[in-house]
Amino acid sequence: MSDFPHTPPKFSWTFSPEANAEIRRAAASGIYDIRGGGSKRRLPHFDDLLFLGASISRYPLEGYREKCGTDVWLGTRFAKKPIHLDIPITIAGMSFGSLSGPAKEALGRGASAAGTSTTTGDGGMTEEERGHSKTLVYQYLPSRYGMNPDDLRRADAIELVVGQGAKPGGGGMLLGQKISDRVAMMRNLPKGIDQRSACRHPDWTGPDDMEIKIHELREITDWQIPIYVKIGGARPYYDTALSVKAGADVVVLDGMQGGTAATQDVFIEHVGQPTLACIPQAVKALQDLGMHRKVQLIVSGGIRNGADVAKALALGADAVSIGTAALIALGDNDPALEAEYRKLGTTAGAYDDWHEGRDPAGITTQDPELFNRFDPILGGRRLKNYLKVMTLEAQTIARACGKNHLHNLEPEDLCALTIEAAAMAGVPIAGTNWIPGRNGY
Amino acid sequence: MQSFDLGKDGLRALNSALHALKGQTNMTAWEVINPKGAHAIAAGVDAPVDITVRGSTGYYCAGMNKQATIRIKGSAGPGVAENMMSGAVIVDGDASQYAGATGRGGLLVIKGNASSRCGISMKGIDIVVHGNIGHMSCFMAQSGNIVVLGNAGEALGDSLYEARIFVRGTVKSLGADCIEKEMRDEHLLILEDLLRRGEADAKAKPEEFRRYGSARKLYNFNIDNASAY
Repeated sequence: MSDFPHTPPKFSWTFSPEANAEIRRAAASGIYDIRGGGSKRRLPHFDDLLFLGASISRYPLEGYREKCGTDVWLGTRFAKKPIHLDIPITIAGMSFGSLSGPAKEALGRGASAAGTSTTTGDGGMTEEERGHSKTLVYQYLPSRYGMNPDDLRRADAIELVVGQGAKPGGGGMLLGQKISDRVAMMRNLPKGIDQRSACRHPDWTGPDDMEIKIHELREITDWQIPIYVKIGGARPYYDTALSVKAGADVVVLDGMQGGTAATQDVFIEHVGQPTLACIPQAVKALQDLGMHRKVQLIVSGGIRNGADVAKALALGADAVSIGTAALIALGDNDPALEAEYRKLGTTAGAYDDWHEGRDPAGITTQDPELFNRFDPILGGRRLKNYLKVMTLEAQTIARACGKNHLHNLEPEDLCALTIEAAAMAGVPIAGTNWIPGRNGY
Repeated sequence: MQSFDLGKDGLRALNSALHALKGQTNMTAWEVINPKGAHAIAAGVDAPVDITVRGSTGYYCAGMNKQATIRIKGSAGPGVAENMMSGAVIVDGDASQYAGATGRGGLLVIKGNASSRCGISMKGIDIVVHGNIGHMSCFMAQSGNIVVLGNAGEALGDSLYEARIFVRGTVKSLGADCIEKEMRDEHLLILEDLLRRGEADAKAKPEEFRRYGSARKLYNFNIDNASAY
């Protein structure tokens, strides 16, 4: 050993400890990493936007006296019975199978108490959810598990799922651990197998066929209920425009922070665009077609609080949808369960192995011992509280901007903290009137 | 017989009238004339009625059918009898892509040929095709039976679950995890019944068929099977 000072140990940025750990894991297991949730990257997001608030040029509304509306109509284009919600925050599609029956019941209870809708998922419609959801959106997915005309007709809207933000271009996956007798029966599959859901619909391909499929669904439901089209954040301008052309009443746009029950980590983190980048593109498509506010836009993927709601609406959305946040409100990843998360080799806040069916919170499991821990009445109350708080927060911001309805928020109420967020959202960087990409700059 | 002129009165009026029959059984025979390839003819019917469509149909004729017997006196466009729940659909001519897709029950009979993806994701439906079927038929087929008197195209039964496939003629290739299986007595009985109900018993005998099904090797992921995906 020389007496000269040594260069301190230096980790590679490229071959970081995290990257190396994943190489070792893949080499040992022979399978890619599968997990739940959405992108965990630090992405440009709503946090990078600020509201300007009222000043001399605009005056605010009194917080405890003056009304600020929150309701929203969805499906006014073709449906005889469009949906009217008290708040513009809906519950995103999550399947029975990925979630337990009591968790689905809680989503229905909470959403109904808050005056909004829930959505089925890739496992058909359960009585728990239909029975407890005043307004229920029925997803029409490539797998068609449990699909039948009676459930179509007792839904309040149909959501034709083309893509999902966590995995645009990908299908679904429900691993064998969660294929219980009931899940297997609803999906008409053998118990315990790894269940794959196709990435494309089995009986149509492309936008022209989609138009004919939407027409068939309207005929079967006698043009009564709205038909949504859900797209992942891949090419939001064209996908929104094609959905409008195909006859959608509502476009549901899911960015890459949107969650999934189980997908390859490499897919979640490397395919799709951030929610913030997707919204203006979709809004522009609607505006270019003269259909903004006529075909409603619901945005999901990383909505956590009333500020996120207000920002999404200011950028032109008619409503937002929450999935991951709703599960957290129910009790997912609660630090109170830390000891149990440790036993699973993780920690509260980072637990994402939802596909393994061992969720100590009893939400993403089909194990009766675990899901019976979960109280759907209490869960529903927590979700209702959370939805009410988000709405109050969004109203607080809207009033501060002088708006008497959340839908009156507009891009002019916003500025951005970073060049990236400014370019994506199409709003100026704070302290300037510079919008990157506009007017040749 | 109730006759309905689709060219004159339009699709909405037809389907509205047929949907109004739910729970009724007193108007048992319907005839649809001038279909001219319209889409979604008799989609969503839920009554034990007999409907005869005189001519060829577009996409999704008899989609999600329950109880009704629907005869197409012509050829059918894509997705005929998609997601059928019960009842029967009989196509006198040929059927385009995705015939019987995701069907959960009932009987689909195609007296001509069926194009690609016949029986894709089928979930309990029975399908009898008097002619040939195209490529990728029975992809991810979950349950039910398909009987093909002619030949099958490429990648038959790819990623198959528990559906049974019976082919009398040649199979151009089998898809991932689909193999030929032993024909046992129970299968001959299934075939005999389906040939009779599919109006094909005069054309073929059960012993002339070969059976294909899932090898069940892809039911749970194994990295050593990665080349099959």
